[in-house]
Amino acid sequence: MAKVLVVTSGKGGVGKTTSTAALGAALAQLGQNVVVIDFDVGLRNLDLVMGAERRVVFDLINVVQGVAKLPQALIRDKRLENLWLLPASQTRDKDALTEEGVKRVIADLKTKFDWILCDSPAGIERGATLAMRYADEAIIVTNPEVSSVRDSDRIIGMLDSKTVRAERGERVEKHLLVTRYDAGRAARGEMLSIDDILEILATPLLGIVPESQDVLRASNVGCPVTLNAANSAPARAYTDAVRRLMGEAVEMVVPVERKGLMDRLLRRRAA
Amino acid sequence: MMNVMRLFGGRAASAPVARERLQILLSHERGRSGAPDLLETLRSEILSVVSKHIDVDPDKVVVRMDRGKFVSMLEVDIEVPNGVQRSKMVAAT
Repeated sequence: MAKVLVVTSGKGGVGKTTSTAALGAALAQLGQNVVVIDFDVGLRNLDLVMGAERRVVFDLINVVQGVAKLPQALIRDKRLENLWLLPASQTRDKDALTEEGVKRVIADLKTKFDWILCDSPAGIERGATLAMRYADEAIIVTNPEVSSVRDSDRIIGMLDSKTVRAERGERVEKHLLVTRYDAGRAARGEMLSIDDILEILATPLLGIVPESQDVLRASNVGCPVTLNAANSAPARAYTDAVRRLMGEAVEMVVPVERKGLMDRLLRRRAA
Repeated sequence: MMNVMRLFGGRAASAPVARERLQILLSHERGRSGAPDLLETLRSEILSVVSKHIDVDPDKVVVRMDRGKFVSMLEVDIEVPNGVQRSKMVAAT
């Protein structure tokens, strides 16, 4: 049974696209058939983060409007044969997406894939509401920072009211993915801790992705971090998250940044 | 330099402040976005029921919701003037 997942956050720049690419690749690496859809019409970036930017011919809008058939618009990943991308349009505006059109495309994709990951645009406008509209589950990407947590709370409220599932009286299962986390700073009281965020948002935790150079390096070269640096801390965090999505019980590890001796001594005394 | 300064200065942790500000803000915002007109609906319906039997000043009916972590408290405050008059409607029936 295919699952439709929306990766959302409200706030921009918290790592939705990076996380969609990494989670999609991690699922595919575990043998699942995956398609990732970019809903950020006019500002597409999932293609770039996945290194497929020069292979985009048709896009989601073309399919919705019947200009292209779905197989023409789907781009197969060069590294993983069971990972596909449906890019957003770069030229149209977000009004070109219709609820009916999105419904049709998702129903079609459900017959072909195990997982459909919808990369939501930032904000709470049409693009974001359409990305979550048909979701069975939601991943809320949050940074340990006040504005991100506030916006996540808002998005959680929308998931509980504006999705098809919510309107039918069903639940959209929600998962919290904390990204750019620095365990050291949280321990010193400089950053909201995982416990703080969980207490405020009251949403189950899917994973903790540490702040890491590997994430930026992966998007620089257009390769999801789970492929580009499979043994790095963020890659392991994404892979663990995906295992949890698949129903495995994986112990939650809070990634700790490694520090030099002098730095540790000084910080310990300062704290 | 920062570390040396902190050795002597000992800046207070800011995360607890962030946490508290968020908790206050969100308890407020959730009340609004979750059920925008709930309190107003309750207030007007309570007022209409009560004023069937007692004359009350509509401005003296206050309905408040205090959201806690586990339970929320719905507080209804109705000021009734001394020497309560039964409303005419009830008196007539």
